Amino acid sequence: MGAKILKRFTHMVGVLVILSVVVYYMLGLMPGDPVDLLITSRPNITSEDIANLRRLYGLDQPIYVRYLKWVRQVLSGDLGFSRTYKRPTGEILFNRIGNTFRLMGTAFLISLVVAIPLGIFSALRQYSVFDYMVNLGAFAGISIPAFWLGLLAIILFAEILGWFPPGGIRTYGRSSAGDLLWHLTLPAVVLSIQTVGRWTRYMRNSLFDVLRADYIRTARAKGLRESVIIGRHALKNASLPMITILALSIPELFSGALITETIFAWPGMGRLLYDSVIGSDYYVAMISFMCLAALTLLFNMLADFAYGLVDPRLRRESIA
Amino acid sequence: MVSGISKIAESATTTRSVWRDFRSHRLALASAAVLGVLALLAIGAPLISAHVTGHAYDTTDLTNLYAKPSMRYWFGADELGRDVFTRILYGGRISLAFGMLAALASAVLGVVIGGMAGFHGGWIDNLLMRFTDSLLSLPILPLMIILSAVDLEKVLGVPPGDYLSILRLIAIIVFFNWMIMARLVRAAVLRQKQCEFVEASRAMGAGDLRVLLLHILPNCVAPIIVTATLSVGNIILYESVLSFLGLGIVPPTPSWGNMLNNAQEYLRSAPWLAIYPGCFILLTVMAFNFLGDGLRDAFDPHGPKG
Repeated sequence: MGAKILKRFTHMVGVLVILSVVVYYMLGLMPGDPVDLLITSRPNITSEDIANLRRLYGLDQPIYVRYLKWVRQVLSGDLGFSRTYKRPTGEILFNRIGNTFRLMGTAFLISLVVAIPLGIFSALRQYSVFDYMVNLGAFAGISIPAFWLGLLAIILFAEILGWFPPGGIRTYGRSSAGDLLWHLTLPAVVLSIQTVGRWTRYMRNSLFDVLRADYIRTARAKGLRESVIIGRHALKNASLPMITILALSIPELFSGALITETIFAWPGMGRLLYDSVIGSDYYVAMISFMCLAALTLLFNMLADFAYGLVDPRLRRESIA
Repeated sequence: MVSGISKIAESATTTRSVWRDFRSHRLALASAAVLGVLALLAIGAPLISAHVTGHAYDTTDLTNLYAKPSMRYWFGADELGRDVFTRILYGGRISLAFGMLAALASAVLGVVIGGMAGFHGGWIDNLLMRFTDSLLSLPILPLMIILSAVDLEKVLGVPPGDYLSILRLIAIIVFFNWMIMARLVRAAVLRQKQCEFVEASRAMGAGDLRVLLLHILPNCVAPIIVTATLSVGNIILYESVLSFLGLGIVPPTPSWGNMLNNAQEYLRSAPWLAIYPGCFILLTVMAFNFLGDGLRDAFDPHGPKG
């Protein structure tokens, strides 16, 4: 087991290195490097100044030299300086990661609380009206464009009804936890919709399949109470594949958070990436992308191992 | 008695039994109908725009900015006075054509790669599957954003035309969407490879290509069709997100996604700008999802309902 983890980890690091090269190169191809932007704001800049600035920023060197310089810089702890925010990248990033995790964590919890019971009850009342409605709702949840749902939520709950703020993370001047939760509600619910749809269907199908298994029939034939059968046997077996789905949803939540943060002006990591790519803030874009990529790869790796860790049958095999 | 026997004989063909199962899945049928209507609307957009609504998708009317939905502007007018309904029809052309084209391209790519991996096995299979799995574990949306924001002029040296930009968008989306099909096709090909008729045809001297094309792939058609259908919905969602972020289809060409981008600033004053395009995205994606689900159940040899 340990050797497998090490192997996967090395593979992950390799992918990250390749990604860093590719993305660095891509960012170099964005419209407008730092000097171009300076030129547009100062029309009477001389070509001599431009050449000097390019040399100063190191922009006249070939891209692989720049990349290696950047790597050396990052590995020595200097994450660069943000042009847009006029602050060191590390400072900005730390805050933003926290905000993104708050958003994702809340969405994850909401999805758990809503989807699992819905899926279970749906499977227990198969083909009923309830099941049908839940299935329809789950499909809608998967098919709906998240950014549109966010806009609708803002229109309905923030503009028309005024129950929640249309965005941001805090009201100016206030910094209580309650204020944070109030701002967190809409984005977290919107983010959780797609996950709820997916998990509900999976839970329902998983439990559905388990209830058809022979050992359930045996349990019923033995005369066990239905609640014991479901609670002790069915649910445990149905939850196993759910663990993988839950773990795999976390990288999806990262991508979803990017969209949600953009709509609700939530200061998170995804939005930082988008803003910095659009605004040609290269250091920030590079670092925030590497963070996102590393987290995504990490959670994908964990998802692959989660099933092996949780299922006692596989655990026993790996020991033997 | 006689009619009973003919009914039993009737269901013998695979196509017929698939069609029968599909027909019993009402939601899938309804979705097919909805998609048919949407396709007609999209194809007939120029006709509808000329004869029914009387607006073109790009005529601006500065005296009618943000007009509310009315008899003249069925879904209202946007920030330049353009008719939202007509723009939705034209946007539908772009989104639907784009979605199906990109789905087809990713399906082809997936079939080729998955087929090669499953058929040859050995180191080719290993290499291709490792590549596939690596791509699957990447953060897709951030990468799409970065790839879409690249300035093509810097790469090519000349400013790109419209077609090249759309081609780039297709290439980006296809690049991140072929993996699921590849995995599926590989599994299906592996299953078929073990069947006896493959052994038999090889014993008769059939070469690799013949076995693959004539024997294995025709039996893999079912999961390919289902996955391709389901992928259209996904691709339409991706295209709308990118267009919404300003990185996909750029205005003035209407796309459901970029219409929502413009609508963002007017949520309080003109909410209809945001409501209608999104409705259409939802409808289309849901229809494709139901259709794919219905096809999956219809192709399932275990019969309807499990």
